Amino acid sequence: MLYFTRWRALGIILTALVVCLCAVPNFFPEAQVKTWPAWAQRRLVLGLDLQGGSYLLLEVDSNYVKKEKLDQIRDDVRKVLREAKIGYTGLVVRNDAVEVRISKEGDQATALSKLRELSQPLGGLLGSSGQRSLEVEDAGGGLIRLKVPQAAVTERIRQTIEQSIQIVERRVNELGTVEPVIQRQGTDRILVQVPGLQDPTRLKELLGKTAKMEFRMVDSSVSPDQAQQGRLPPDSELLMSASPPPVPYVVKKQVLVSGGELSDAQPGFDQRTGEAIVSFKFNTSGARKFAQATAENVGQPFAIVLDNKVISAPVIREPITGGQGQISGSFTVQSANDLAILMRAGALPAPLTVIEERTVGPGLGQDSIEKGELAAYVGSILVIVFMLITYRLFGVFANIAVAINVAMIFGLLSLLNATLTLPGIAGIVLTVGIAVDSNVLIYERIREELRGGRNAISAIDAGFKRALATILDSNITTFIAAAVLFYIGTGPVRGFAVTLGIGIITTVFTAFTLTRLIVAGWVRWKRPQTVPI
Amino acid sequence: MTHTVLIGLGILIAVLTVVAALGLLPALRIVPDDTHFDFTRFRRISFPISALLSILAITLFFTHGLNFGIDFKGGTLLEVQAKSGTADIAAMRTTLNGLGLGEVQLQQFGGPAEVLIRVAEQPGGDKAQQDAVTKVRGALGESVDYRRVEVVGPRVSGELLAYGMIGLMFAIMGILIYLWFRFEWQFALGAMIANVHDIVLTIGFMSITQVDFDLTSIAALLTILGYSLNDTVVIYDRIREMLRRYKKMPMPQLLNESINSTLSRSIITHVTVTLALLALLLFGGQAIHSFTAVMMFGVVLVGTYTSIFIAAPILIYLGVHTTRGGDAAQDAPAKKPDTAAAKK
Repeated sequence: MLYFTRWRALGIILTALVVCLCAVPNFFPEAQVKTWPAWAQRRLVLGLDLQGGSYLLLEVDSNYVKKEKLDQIRDDVRKVLREAKIGYTGLVVRNDAVEVRISKEGDQATALSKLRELSQPLGGLLGSSGQRSLEVEDAGGGLIRLKVPQAAVTERIRQTIEQSIQIVERRVNELGTVEPVIQRQGTDRILVQVPGLQDPTRLKELLGKTAKMEFRMVDSSVSPDQAQQGRLPPDSELLMSASPPPVPYVVKKQVLVSGGELSDAQPGFDQRTGEAIVSFKFNTSGARKFAQATAENVGQPFAIVLDNKVISAPVIREPITGGQGQISGSFTVQSANDLAILMRAGALPAPLTVIEERTVGPGLGQDSIEKGELAAYVGSILVIVFMLITYRLFGVFANIAVAINVAMIFGLLSLLNATLTLPGIAGIVLTVGIAVDSNVLIYERIREELRGGRNAISAIDAGFKRALATILDSNITTFIAAAVLFYIGTGPVRGFAVTLGIGIITTVFTAFTLTRLIVAGWVRWKRPQTVPI
Repeated sequence: MTHTVLIGLGILIAVLTVVAALGLLPALRIVPDDTHFDFTRFRRISFPISALLSILAITLFFTHGLNFGIDFKGGTLLEVQAKSGTADIAAMRTTLNGLGLGEVQLQQFGGPAEVLIRVAEQPGGDKAQQDAVTKVRGALGESVDYRRVEVVGPRVSGELLAYGMIGLMFAIMGILIYLWFRFEWQFALGAMIANVHDIVLTIGFMSITQVDFDLTSIAALLTILGYSLNDTVVIYDRIREMLRRYKKMPMPQLLNESINSTLSRSIITHVTVTLALLALLLFGGQAIHSFTAVMMFGVVLVGTYTSIFIAAPILIYLGVHTTRGGDAAQDAPAKKPDTAAAKK
């Protein structure tokens, strides 16, 4: 137990040294570290509870996704049956399925085979699950039912989340924040972390809008009043204005140009009125469509519709061929800016809801760091003094081992780019307790072996041998608790689990190697007859 | 101020280190070398007391309940700091209770300027919670700094509670399976009883003190569990060793010897952990105050007691049932060759 080959000793010291050195970048200002080579840039990240910022958990509306999917299938069915010239009645979405009744019995087989073509294998070429995107079944009596299997819905939600993340990223980046984190969480959630953001109200407003933008014609054949009394043409719908008070408009359902064909949008001011406006630009195909539509409808009003609300309904004075235009409609500078952001970033495929929000102001974060540091210092000092009083020379060994241990924890945390949270600091303080315990176990065992009548070297040897087994057992149990915490925890709790887990690893390493090495070195040097413990 | 104190303490440590290294300090023995305290005899007192306390804790849990924080209950929590330096809680209460958000709780938190505001979960799903926080922010306006705002929707809170409970159960299971492999099932069972005992008593403590029960409390519970087990495992390790060495020693005596020989370590370790926790409790700030208070109770009071007075002596009863009935003390030696063989 007390014998180390030269190489082994060197290996242990080098490992500890390298791990400790990983903590070095934390002691330099961030700007300076940025100029270092990439491998040297790993450092601790402060959690939002320490540096301040906003944490938002968004969830995609899975019912909306499902409904959209079913509506799309219904439209597809209509198209397929029309093309095949098959008569049908009662095409509806019912109980999470699309149902259609084929009029003539002879058409049934053709209809079934045609509709089955809509179904595709899930997961592309690699998807060998045998799952298909659609289950087409013959419900008897000419009724055909098209069901979307759960796997297909999940797949659709996955795609929706993926698209949404990109849009969310663009919108968040527009706020000019530093290093926001946008991640998928689970199957249907998006995690947004914005360091330094104190008031997430505006962010929530930006993310809470689907921002589905459409350019549509206003239906002038009926007045809004007539429409409200029920005389609404079938290809039009009644929409309200976005700005209060709500004013009704009758708008055609057909979309001239959609927001997806915008290439740019910028907030600005109208030259004449000084009013806040948003000017926009279409891409080539959007510009062509817009030019054609405006040329056909000179003198008519058209509506700019955002999330089914009319932002503005100007009259087309002349064909707009340049693919550029501007929206004015009682904007404030802020709302014009926000609309421009939304137009640039594009529409979300489905609405997102904020289901969890945690914001920490910079003052509290700074307080927490200071208090955490103070507690860590005081705790360490108390423990160090206590160890010195209890174990004297071996207390010095223990303190050296624990100090290296803590340095290694910081090194490993930096290497992993781990996030340090307030509970994380608590975890480190507790790890100091565990690390001290490993030393206590060893020294108490040595005392016992001495009492049992062994000579100095033999007692130290036996003390280490017996104590290390116990240290391993007791630390593995704590490690299991830390691992579970890591899996179930979120945010701060996870930070606690990470520091506790890493602390246990370094504690076991230190107990098995460094503490032994220090004591072995002392034994070689002093050749003690008695142990001052 | 704190820096000079720290520097002073640093110098003290340096001096102490030198003194200690030169062997000038007297040897400190917290537990005398020759301690033979009859711990297992106390099982006749400790078991009924623990049973009683556990029942009390469970009763408290059902009558008093836990003070669920917003993590598990949903709702909104704001920590604000009045810009004027002193918060007028009465005025704020009137304003906020007039918003139609149900009862809004206000509480002084730390200094005179800091106030903790709790708004119960609003009916109407996730959107309603967002509206509530907007209203509160609107009502307080710019008169305060928002140090912390947390909004947890109904679905998330349900999940967090479920995950917390599942996590606690998985942790216990994982630890038990490990102990079962490393020791024998009696030990695993003994540890589990000790574990459940710890958690039940700690929950009772949380119920009496009505500290916020949130995600950090789950973290505290798991840490208590880890520490208590750590302690139990150290004693069990020794018991196993003694079982191999002294095949004829009666079980209560063997347990006593094991507890006594690890007693010094138990106490020294607990003093260090207590010192670390004390520092966190006094200087760690409000944010982790309840966390450390719970830990202090669980680790220092319950954990130590459990390992010595519950986890170890319970083996007397658990060992009996594996072989044949009769007096535990007489049965123990007969069982030992059996266990030794099982280990081979």
